[in-house]
Amino acid sequence: QQKNLEGYVGFANLPNQVYRKSVKRGFEFTLMVVGESGLGKSTLINSLFLTELYSPEYPGPSHRIKKTVQVEQSKVLIKEGGVQLLLTIVDTPGFGDAVDNSNCWQPVIDYIDSKFEDYLNAESRVNRRQMPDNRVQCCLYFIAPSGHGLKPLDIEFMKRLHEKVNIIPLIAKADTLTPEECQQFKKQIMKEIQEHKIKIYEFPETDDEEENKIVKKIKDRLPLAVVGSNTIIEVNGKRVRGRQYPWGVAEVENGEHCDFTILRNMLIRTHMQDLKDVTNNVHYENYRSRKLAAVTYNGVDNNKNKGQLTKSPLAQMEEERREHVAKMKKMEMEMEQVFEMKVKEKVQKLKDSEAEV
Amino acid sequence: SDGYRTLSLSGHVGFASLPDQLVKKSIKQGFCFNILCIGETGSGKSTLINSLFNTNFDDPVSTHFLPSVRLRAQTYELRESNVLLKLTIVNTVGFGDQMNKEANYRPIVDYIDAQFEAYLQEELKVKRALFSYHDTRIHVCLYFISPTGHSLKSLDLLTMKRLDSKVNIIPIIGKADSISKTELQKFKNKIMNELINNDIQIYQFPTDDETVSEINAIMNGHLPFAVVGSMEEVKIGNKMVRARWYPWGIVQVENENHCDLVKLRKMLICTNMEDLREQTHVRHYELYRRCRLEEFGFRDIDPEKRTVSPQEAVEAERHEFHLELQRKKEEIRQEFVQRMNEKDAILKEAKQQLQTEFEHRMLMLKEASLKLEEMEKGLEDEIAMFVRKKANAELLQPQATFSTPALSLKRDKDRK
Repeated sequence: QQKNLEGYVGFANLPNQVYRKSVKRGFEFTLMVVGESGLGKSTLINSLFLTELYSPEYPGPSHRIKKTVQVEQSKVLIKEGGVQLLLTIVDTPGFGDAVDNSNCWQPVIDYIDSKFEDYLNAESRVNRRQMPDNRVQCCLYFIAPSGHGLKPLDIEFMKRLHEKVNIIPLIAKADTLTPEECQQFKKQIMKEIQEHKIKIYEFPETDDEEENKIVKKIKDRLPLAVVGSNTIIEVNGKRVRGRQYPWGVAEVENGEHCDFTILRNMLIRTHMQDLKDVTNNVHYENYRSRKLAAVTYNGVDNNKNKGQLTKSPLAQMEEERREHVAKMKKMEMEMEQVFEMKVKEKVQKLKDSEAEV
Repeated sequence: SDGYRTLSLSGHVGFASLPDQLVKKSIKQGFCFNILCIGETGSGKSTLINSLFNTNFDDPVSTHFLPSVRLRAQTYELRESNVLLKLTIVNTVGFGDQMNKEANYRPIVDYIDAQFEAYLQEELKVKRALFSYHDTRIHVCLYFISPTGHSLKSLDLLTMKRLDSKVNIIPIIGKADSISKTELQKFKNKIMNELINNDIQIYQFPTDDETVSEINAIMNGHLPFAVVGSMEEVKIGNKMVRARWYPWGIVQVENENHCDLVKLRKMLICTNMEDLREQTHVRHYELYRRCRLEEFGFRDIDPEKRTVSPQEAVEAERHEFHLELQRKKEEIRQEFVQRMNEKDAILKEAKQQLQTEFEHRMLMLKEASLKLEEMEKGLEDEIAMFVRKKANAELLQPQATFSTPALSLKRDKDRK
């Protein structure tokens, strides 16, 4: 029933209450970066968060390559305007760098699944405390700026991970491509993504006209072509992050030079919450229901089980227990009946013999 | 490995917008809030809710003659500015009216538990949709105390004790316009003391957040809130205000000197509505869930291994049951085999006896038969001998009386 208020009530203040509580709680975000070494991943992360996440003391993935692909995480706490963010960066040193890269995505899949598993465990406990959330909420996938199209490894990786994590593909080191080359490259990549039915992260529809216009603009520029830099250069009296070339400066935050600003705004300023929500409501739920359904099916394809996915398990347990008790009773009764019948037969036979005699 | 570095930023990154992003999402989703009102018939529940929310909710008036306590829930959609609120008001109908009020709290506890149960069942499903679930769990219970001016009734203590671990309780003195100012403070103190003495945990406005801790602490000291409700308007000065018109004066419900309605509205709605929802989910619901799972036999084994999920438990139990059925079947079968063997033995013995009897009788029959044969033979021999004797006698005596040989034989036999 819809009702109209006849005066001031005050629940319009609810959003402020939510705001206040969330600031008190603090925020968390887990970001994964994947790509071959030398594509500027560390530089981009440092540029995105304007901090020395990767430094000589904490080297980036390209400097930490081992014999096999590793998946490693580092946590940093950053504060801005009273808001605290615990940022976990997960990187994959060695990815795509071997001679034979078949299955190099497996450690990544295993990592993501293990974080889902941890969360599922925490959620399933009888005594639940604070549930730490280490699930990977976004994966920045770096594509080498070849100018031609996606590599088989790119396609393979994205196909295997698009239903486990939000993938945002990026064209790395975009300052090696001219605007026309970049445009061509982007078209080719999106075509291949569609051909292979890869589901990259999609911006949600909003009711706001203005917002939808912005979202449409972003969609037309996918995949985003980025440039990162750790150095500040003076250009026309302004201090900007950029890459100094003999022929000029490629500015990181210049929208005509690359899509860095779009990426930063989208990833951090407008869609970070949505990335978390999609991870929680879609990717995690898919993992969870697959895990639990596997148990329910128990390897046997049983049509009866199909309805059980939406059945409430406690009610199911109660029902099965009752059924079992009934089954046992029935079995006992039936066997008793059979026994009595057999005995009766034999006694009758004896009586007959007796009569004969 | 759970350690982290704290880093400083060299410019404006922009994640300070995170709370705004969260707020935007929750406004889009809309909010929901569920209030339970417990109080005797005529304690002013409906009027208060109307006044609190400045809305006429059209709650029908009840009688005092209902046989038991029922709960009636109504859901409304309210909008203030850009905020959409799904408000559910649950009223206890017939509370405190019966002669024997012992079972009055039961339907209330059952209702609260049923909402927790519904949420739990959804949370445990394999395919679930928690983000679109309409949450019906009770977020706050407004408990109406009668304005007697003396103390809490035993029904109040009993009921609140049963509810304090299941729901956030805010005690209210309803129809407080019958208590004078001096009496009121004494009454409030008495009530709070009784609550403490009976170890009843009422909801405390939270004081952990500096932004609101001061106002919340002050308000905690004003509990229980003495309220007066009214939807009728009276002209005071040049304004229309909600009030109750008495010959001796006008009680203005939104005047903080007259009653605590404004305080209640501020605390319940403006400042702590989100905390009430959070406490319900994080404390009361978790307690219910824990107890329920333990009832079914779920335990946290150790921090490394995963607590068995209901789906796995159902599967494991099904397997167990199957084994048990097989075991029992085998047990019964063996028992029956044994009983059958015993029975067979008895029957065999009986049959054996019958056989022996039969043979014995046959033997006797044979013996008797033989004897009879012998006798027959003997008799035949005698007859033969007699015939010979007769023949000889006839040869010797030409004139003799001719009696039929059979007759004479018979006479002889008889004589013999």
